[in-house]
Amino acid sequence: MDILKLIYDPFGSIGEGLRGLLTQLLVQSLGLPDWTVTLIMLIAGAGFLVAVATVTMMFLTWLERKVIARMQDRLGPNRAGLYGILQPVADMVKLFTKEDITPSGADRVIYNLSPMLVVLPSLLVFAVVPFANHVIISDLSIGFLYIVAIGSTSTIALLMGGWGSNNKYALLGGMRAVAQFVSYEIPQVLSVVGVLLLTGSLSLGRIVYAQNYVWFAAFQPVAFIIFLLASVSEANRTPFDLPEAESEIIAGYHVEYSGIKFALYFLAEYINTFAISVFATTIFLGGWQGPYLPGWGALLPDWLWFLLKSYAVVFVMIWMRGTLPRLRIDQLMNLAWKALVPLALVNLLLTGVGLSVMQVFGWKLNDFTVFPSLAVFLVLNVLMGAGFLAVFKPAHLPKRKVVLVSRSRAFEVTTTFTGR
Amino acid sequence: MLGDYAGVGILLAIALTVPIGGYLIAFLLRPKRPYALKKQTYECGLETAGDTWVQFKIQYYIFALVFVVFDIETVFIYPWAVAYQQVGLFALAEMIVFIGILFMGLAYAWRKGALEWI
Amino acid sequence: MEFVLFILFAGMTLTGAILMVALHNLVRAVLAMILGFVGLAGLYLLLEAEFLAAIQVLIYVGAVAILVLFAVMLTQRVSDPNAPVNNNQAWLGFTVALGFFGMLSAVFAPLKWPSLPEQSVSTVENLGKQLIGPYAVPFEAASVVLLVALLGAIILARE
Repeated sequence: MDILKLIYDPFGSIGEGLRGLLTQLLVQSLGLPDWTVTLIMLIAGAGFLVAVATVTMMFLTWLERKVIARMQDRLGPNRAGLYGILQPVADMVKLFTKEDITPSGADRVIYNLSPMLVVLPSLLVFAVVPFANHVIISDLSIGFLYIVAIGSTSTIALLMGGWGSNNKYALLGGMRAVAQFVSYEIPQVLSVVGVLLLTGSLSLGRIVYAQNYVWFAAFQPVAFIIFLLASVSEANRTPFDLPEAESEIIAGYHVEYSGIKFALYFLAEYINTFAISVFATTIFLGGWQGPYLPGWGALLPDWLWFLLKSYAVVFVMIWMRGTLPRLRIDQLMNLAWKALVPLALVNLLLTGVGLSVMQVFGWKLNDFTVFPSLAVFLVLNVLMGAGFLAVFKPAHLPKRKVVLVSRSRAFEVTTTFTGR
Repeated sequence: MLGDYAGVGILLAIALTVPIGGYLIAFLLRPKRPYALKKQTYECGLETAGDTWVQFKIQYYIFALVFVVFDIETVFIYPWAVAYQQVGLFALAEMIVFIGILFMGLAYAWRKGALEWI
Repeated sequence: MEFVLFILFAGMTLTGAILMVALHNLVRAVLAMILGFVGLAGLYLLLEAEFLAAIQVLIYVGAVAILVLFAVMLTQRVSDPNAPVNNNQAWLGFTVALGFFGMLSAVFAPLKWPSLPEQSVSTVENLGKQLIGPYAVPFEAASVVLLVALLGAIILARE
């Protein structure tokens, strides 16, 4: 087998090899029907995906702790293994051997079911993501809608966990999580409609192919920012981590969970984080394709481009966590309904206008006429962004006034300071 | 078409092994020494006071209501977005009307303070 | 295979429905309802209506169920084991439901269902074309209905 081919297209070459082997074994020797081979291939693919997701989650916990530590001028985990890389393994062993406590008065069925249900949607959404060319579990024609639908079921699991624990704070955290998820789902979904307009398809595979020349992040910068903000908020990450605010409601819906059940919540959360970056990569950053520059696309294998982009988005999310303070609940809701939703609707209409311009001139996404259309879209986006910044003034936030005074007068000044 | 969903079904089956396997392994490994005090619900180190049920803000419900309406709206937008390129300008005019009407709803909710988290 | 799946999803739907009316605990009843919704989505999928199945999950499980759960959480007797399951109209309701079922069976039983064309077309795309083209007026009417629903919801919630 060709080594270069193995590096550039590992899934394709291993898959071909496996398929050949299985066909020989099952169909030709044992006389089984053809679909058994496809079935086993699918099982192998799904198993591989789940295994990779779990390992990725463990790696992400380490990465996040390490990066945050560096941002805060600390070292982070550095005992277990080289640079503390084995820390997640140690954590896992710890979580497996922890006692499982069910609080008295808890609704046992719901309490035990919730951690299971919270993991399932976060793993299932990966079914429609193309990780490299042709590497996808099933390229559904309703692709993105499937992601939204499956993703929206995780709220039920969170609310179950919060309610089943028989704990005030858990219930409050669950309610908060759901209210927040629900509010940010609208801008998230609406921001992607611009891309759907350009592609004319919900299938993620076709969305990636449509970005052959220019990534949609260049066509839809405003939508990309809306999508990223809304997704981060849906995953309850800082600065939108009100449902899990340790200092306010003692970590929210998973207060009472310990051991493996807590681990499952944690798993779901980090897989969701990775899922966000994967979707942002697929929908806005060209998926597994390299940038359209001479010779760049073939510089690295597909899957490596995909991983690089995903981890770049993950890094941005960690960066946000290391930089931004938590929002207040009214600010959170205002941002969703009064800023992001109207902006996403305007973006939707302007994308329609831009697309009409493209159609009038006969410009297309998949040849060189993409560049004038890109210019049109950039102008529209700049106008939209400028208009938004002009209209949306956060009037509720009082400006801090800094007055330089001498030390003796400092007392008088502090009494007149009425900022919140 | 159903064949496309075979992959999803298989992924579901395999994804189920993660929590179930986790529960099983943890069940074999973990200690089990519960007593009444340990099983108390946590409440900032104090003894748990009162009922779990507390009066919730009606705001949660209002936001859920507004959300349902907008969620259904997005469902209408999806098929429109997918078919847009094949129809052209008429589709745009139609959508401007559709979204315009919904903007009115959003503006009404805004003015009436339904989007306010008091 | 399809038959097995049908039995599975139909069983899910029926179990969910029965549990929903039988359980004392309101939250558990809502969760049973969600089980029924998911089963229904599976049935839609078997009917090759993937868009409808996704909508069923998105709207009913992701939105309506949340709304119902929030409403339930606002009531004070959420998990009261002594809360009555029936009121004095239970038999009336049962009779009406039975009558409705009978009517539907009477209508649908003699109907000849057209079978699907062999090569399936992208349903979402088709739906969109239909919505923009021949069904443009109902499409716009839907937005008016949604607007009225929103206004009504806000007025009701503020009372």
